[in-house]
Amino acid sequence: MTRKGLLLTAALGLALGMPALADTAEKKIALSNNYAGNSWRQAMLESWARVTEKAVADGVVASADAFTTAENQATEQAAQIQNMILQGYDAIVLNAASPTALNGAVKEACDAGITVVSFDGIVTEPCAWRVKVDFVKMGRDEVEYLATRLPEGGNLLEIRGLAGVSVDDEIHQGIEEGVKAHPNFKIVGSVNGDWAQDVAQKAVAGILPSLPEIAGVVTQGGDGYGAAQAFAAAGRPTPVIIMGNRQDELKWWAEQRDANGYETVSTSIAPGVSTLAFWVAQQILDGQEVPKDLTVPFLSVTQETLDQALKDTPEGGVTNVDYSQDDAKKVIAESK
Amino acid sequence: MINPRLLLPVLSLAVLVAAVFWLQPRAMSYVGVNLLFNLAVPIALATVAQMVIIMVGDIDLSMGAFVSLIACITAAILPENPALGWAMLAGCVLTYAALGALIEARQLPAIVVTLGMSFIWGGAAVLILPSPGGSSPAWLTAIMKAKPPLVPMAIIASVSIAAVAHLLIMRSGFGVRLRALGGNLRAVSRAGRSTVRLRAMAYAVAGVFAVLAGMALVGLTTSGDANIALRYTLLSIAGVILGGGEFTGGRVSPIGAVIGALTLTLAGSFLSFLRLSPDWQIGAQGAILILVLAARLLVRRAEKRA
Repeated sequence: MTRKGLLLTAALGLALGMPALADTAEKKIALSNNYAGNSWRQAMLESWARVTEKAVADGVVASADAFTTAENQATEQAAQIQNMILQGYDAIVLNAASPTALNGAVKEACDAGITVVSFDGIVTEPCAWRVKVDFVKMGRDEVEYLATRLPEGGNLLEIRGLAGVSVDDEIHQGIEEGVKAHPNFKIVGSVNGDWAQDVAQKAVAGILPSLPEIAGVVTQGGDGYGAAQAFAAAGRPTPVIIMGNRQDELKWWAEQRDANGYETVSTSIAPGVSTLAFWVAQQILDGQEVPKDLTVPFLSVTQETLDQALKDTPEGGVTNVDYSQDDAKKVIAESK
Repeated sequence: MINPRLLLPVLSLAVLVAAVFWLQPRAMSYVGVNLLFNLAVPIALATVAQMVIIMVGDIDLSMGAFVSLIACITAAILPENPALGWAMLAGCVLTYAALGALIEARQLPAIVVTLGMSFIWGGAAVLILPSPGGSSPAWLTAIMKAKPPLVPMAIIASVSIAAVAHLLIMRSGFGVRLRALGGNLRAVSRAGRSTVRLRAMAYAVAGVFAVLAGMALVGLTTSGDANIALRYTLLSIAGVILGGGEFTGGRVSPIGAVIGALTLTLAGSFLSFLRLSPDWQIGAQGAILILVLAARLLVRRAEKRA
């Protein structure tokens, strides 16, 4: 390009109001993902592609490539991270197959001067950043909500997730704390719904005949619709069932609301948390002071936002949100 | 004189190394080579273990689960209670030897016994380390992450593994007897050797290499996970075959097995440097395997004709 041409482009750019280039315009960020086999992970990858494509086009970062391992195996992901070091990325955003088995590779990356931000599946290596979900609070919040709806308390049915997974333990712990704080609630039954509607329906149908009247159902997401079906099939009154942002749950809730004014709340983690981790990595590369442990905000659907959420959620999918740079700044400021 | 059986594995590795260096010149350095190959060290050890089993005419479907168990023992027990840790590792090797004796004495199919054992190893691993964690003994990490001058640790380790395995299996009288067990069982028993004892020894040797694989893995990852090495079962079998071994027993190559393990590891990096979509990666890995095996078939046919 001639000098004249260069000047012309610069002038054009100024005239069109080009976005101000951040300090991270030359930086390359990679996503290391261990698994893509369910709708949540697919939505997570779509969010990443949508947000980073725009960030690259706007010149905020140079590139943001996504890599997924073929098999959900820690050793394979460790090799993938070591390859990313060789490829010269400035930051690696990581959804890890194991909280500990990648620590060696993560340390190699840190030693090579690479910023590592883990989210959802976090790593324990101290040199990495963690975008964590406070699942204990999620469980506590469920009981808090029920306390506002049912001030006189009542019997609760708890639907748990997959046994032996830490997320299940943490949500359960939160629910127990909530019940301790509100002693007029009593958990009279507990089943494993494995975060799947069909499993939850079968499990609830099995335990219902042995239970007294149920005022509320505390859940972990992906199990609310199945629970509702089981109550309906048994001909019992529908309690307040906490939902988990799945499309079938929201649809059922909207139908009940239109039919008899049913009220509840729905909470889960948005798959778009990958984009929050992306912006956190960008902020770190930009030289911002960022604490190592950050907490992801929950995505809640309430009676007021139900219609909009249902419209935005694809059939068979889960409610999602793409995070922005400002969201990341807010999360960072709150964690300081 | 170079063994023609070794020619193909060496050639495939050389082609892959050249391709990776061309795609990613940054890898052509001390640090780069170490990053490319350090995770191949435990795989190479597991491949040699699998090779010993294949050599005596069996196949081990529990390799991945066993290496995972060793990783859990190494990360959870060895740092806090070295005596107990070493005793458990020795116990694991003895169990392996007992399995070999059982398979020979009762004439059981190894594929069934090892498949069954894989669940036992997996269960034991979860019992020892219920949730991922633990830490690597400091001396182990020091060995695995050592930075010797000139040649990266990953290369030194690979060469040493190949040399030790070669001397033990191909050069020692002990190795000859083990190979004979897979090649011609009847001849061995007619020669007055106890086949039960020999098979037990073969399994013990495999157990020792598998224990080393699990320890090396923990030295690299710095902590354990009950599912850490499940992939090693198939990787180790593929490595043996890629390195010129055969399922028929008695015909293996320790140097080839180590090269096979390096090739498999490098194939993954190669595909990732190509920016191949993950949906295609698993298929492409298979395609590389088929390619090498097809080339071997052609070489063998040419040999026969000559």
